[in-house]
Amino acid sequence: MIARQAVPLAIAIGAGLLMAVSYFLRPLGWMSESASEIFNVVSAIAFVLGAGSLLKANLSTISRRDRGWGYAAVTLGAFLVTLVVGMGKMGVNPSPSSPQAAWSGDQQTAETPFGWIYEFVLSPLSATMFALLAFFVASAAFRAFRAKNAGAAVLLVTAFVVLLGRTYAGVVLTDWMPGWASGLRLENLSNYLMGVFGSAGNRAILIGIALGVAATSLRILLGLDRSWLSREGGG
Amino acid sequence: MSVLGRLERLDRRWIFLAMFLVVSGPILYMGLTGKLFPEKVTATTQSVFDAVEAVPPGERVLFAFDFDPASAGELQPMATQLLRHCAARKLRVVCIALWPLGNNLAEDTITEVIHADFPQMRDGVDYVNLGFQAGQEQLMTLLTTNFRKGFPVDQRGRDTADLEILEGVRSVTDFPLLIDVGAGFPGSKEWVQYVVTGSGGKLRMVAGTTGVSTPQLIPYYPHQLAGILAGMKGAAEYESLVNAKIGGTPPPRYLEAQRRMGPQLFGHLLLVALIVLGNVIHFTRKARAAA
Amino acid sequence: MLVGAVLGLARGAAAEGEAESSDPELPAFHEQRLPLAAWTLGIGLATLVFVFRSRRGKPPVIRRLAALDAVDEAIGRATEMGRPVLFVPGIMDMNDIQTVAGVTLLGRVARTAAEYDAQVEVPTSRSLVMEAARDAVQSACLAAGRPEAYQPDRVHYVTDEQFAYVAHVTGSMVRERPAACFLMGTFYGESLILAETGNHVGAIQIAGTGETSQLPFFVAACDYTLIGEEFFVASAYLSGEPDQLGSVQAQDAAKIAVIAFVVIGTLVATAAVIWADAAWLHETSDFLRSAVGARP
Repeated sequence: MIARQAVPLAIAIGAGLLMAVSYFLRPLGWMSESASEIFNVVSAIAFVLGAGSLLKANLSTISRRDRGWGYAAVTLGAFLVTLVVGMGKMGVNPSPSSPQAAWSGDQQTAETPFGWIYEFVLSPLSATMFALLAFFVASAAFRAFRAKNAGAAVLLVTAFVVLLGRTYAGVVLTDWMPGWASGLRLENLSNYLMGVFGSAGNRAILIGIALGVAATSLRILLGLDRSWLSREGGG
Repeated sequence: MSVLGRLERLDRRWIFLAMFLVVSGPILYMGLTGKLFPEKVTATTQSVFDAVEAVPPGERVLFAFDFDPASAGELQPMATQLLRHCAARKLRVVCIALWPLGNNLAEDTITEVIHADFPQMRDGVDYVNLGFQAGQEQLMTLLTTNFRKGFPVDQRGRDTADLEILEGVRSVTDFPLLIDVGAGFPGSKEWVQYVVTGSGGKLRMVAGTTGVSTPQLIPYYPHQLAGILAGMKGAAEYESLVNAKIGGTPPPRYLEAQRRMGPQLFGHLLLVALIVLGNVIHFTRKARAAA
Repeated sequence: MLVGAVLGLARGAAAEGEAESSDPELPAFHEQRLPLAAWTLGIGLATLVFVFRSRRGKPPVIRRLAALDAVDEAIGRATEMGRPVLFVPGIMDMNDIQTVAGVTLLGRVARTAAEYDAQVEVPTSRSLVMEAARDAVQSACLAAGRPEAYQPDRVHYVTDEQFAYVAHVTGSMVRERPAACFLMGTFYGESLILAETGNHVGAIQIAGTGETSQLPFFVAACDYTLIGEEFFVASAYLSGEPDQLGSVQAQDAAKIAVIAFVVIGTLVATAAVIWADAAWLHETSDFLRSAVGARP
């Protein structure tokens, strides 16, 4: 039990402090240079755990015929096909520099099956999910954006200015304004609001977050917060 | 049920349908007619243009593709124009990706811009794609001390020590300008925090980012970030600047950002209308309750 | 063997040519990083001072955080309705401090859920997060005196792909209709999609993130939101330990120092513009700028 807690804690404290110091000292620069490699190796090993979990969770869903088990079947099918095609480097031609090595070529072009999956399956599906944001923003705006008090009313007016100022509508609506009042044109007002008020608020929150990150990191580095350690959590 | 009651319980799928219609209409109209809205260039966009203009011809520029196909709809037009601007200025461009799928987008952009319009540029001499490397902010830190260890080989498998374009490059600060088109983590914010701030002003950086991420980058402008392309509007403004500089009639692929401002305009108008409608319902209900 | 591999990697890195870190002509200390080193050291020392002070019986009082007080209510509701609790620890890996903060809060949520006999679903987008989350939930069940409540399959990996993960989680929300959703960690473009879907299925939603660009979405669509630093304070707040509370006080002291620095810097810079001939004002202004790593 002691080793289960003390060893990871010692690794976290030692590695964390060394990494922090190595950022400032050139002779220790190799530490941060190697850290990314070590993290990548650990992450790659963890991928196996992830794949195991994915297989187990989806196979259980299918075998129990849980609601939505068809989706689990699609997930498993897509996972296995991509894994075989990608790791097997199927359809990849040798690169011109190493013609003797059968699989040395680039598999990220759309001519290879893996590239095809990226170009014609992953890209459109990702873009579609991202595009859903437009619909959800509209739904949230209708439901949640109410001028319930003076503060919310100011927020509402600001939203209108920015929404209109970031499109050609701002130009159409306020381009008639004379030069001396150009600061009140929607596109300029929008930039002013974002650059001054928005930026001031953002800076304040950012400073708070940065200090929060520093304090949390120090809590972990000094061993004050051990809730991330096995059998220590639970708040 | 009264009109008010119906509106209060409006199925959100009607809102989705309205958004679909107001966005798809301008896409079709602008696609068929080729009409565009004129762009008024804002200071943050002009600063990006000026930063690229300030780099002397023949100098190297580091170009990070930190986005994926999900956000390519918003970010690809600015990546295209930034690379085109660099190529037109005869800058030598070193492309990298800290997002796995950013590499594919870098390849696509090189094909679309350099292979199509600047065939005289030589791979490994005037431009190169070093591909994707994992490591996120640790990789960024590594690039400040040992650039070639971060990217030992390029996308074609060539040793970066043999590439003419990287001769004499030891650290990321050996590039006079860093261009980052980023959609999240790791992206522009991390480049500022881990690389630009620690460079003591040696490295200039400009960023292109999604509209939603722009507010968190504005605090870094104009010191740590020399310029920002803010979402689709920033891309459209920059596109109009680059098109005006290069001259001639640009092909449709160089008008993508300006074409997308049409759907954005009507999408924003719908949002304004929905917020107004929501508030009308809210205040009517409140007035009736009070009465 | 692991140590050998690490040392091997290190030697390899040090041996490679043309690295700035191995250049003997350059000074050992990154001089342009001196201001950052000073700030780091200052915050570190303040933490130590306040932790020791707190240990000596002067722990600070932290204002109540409504979002954390609502945790019990949300889980109680899930128990009454017989529906699961969904916990999303963000979409980043364990090297992101927000994910660590999220997993810490998961421990607290899982403990309450174990006490109330509610089920907690934790889909993760990183394999390492899945492992850490499993540890946190198992520990919480032990701490609640109900080790049998721990079901490892309920903490499962989905995919690293951002929007594929979102598709899975939102699909699962619509099918399972969780009574409570906790969105705690690093979120990007998916924040509103997750929060709106949770709202649509009628779940009580408590969110927390340090991503400023996503905060407005959470505030609009969730019942409670831990904003920025509140999210990082949460684990200390929940622990109630003097050591951790002391570090929160150090955080506040650092904030006061930053505010003082901003006010003084603004006054000096403004004065330097008004009295352009006063060289000492310009020198002070340049010194203050360089102290935050900005170009004079």
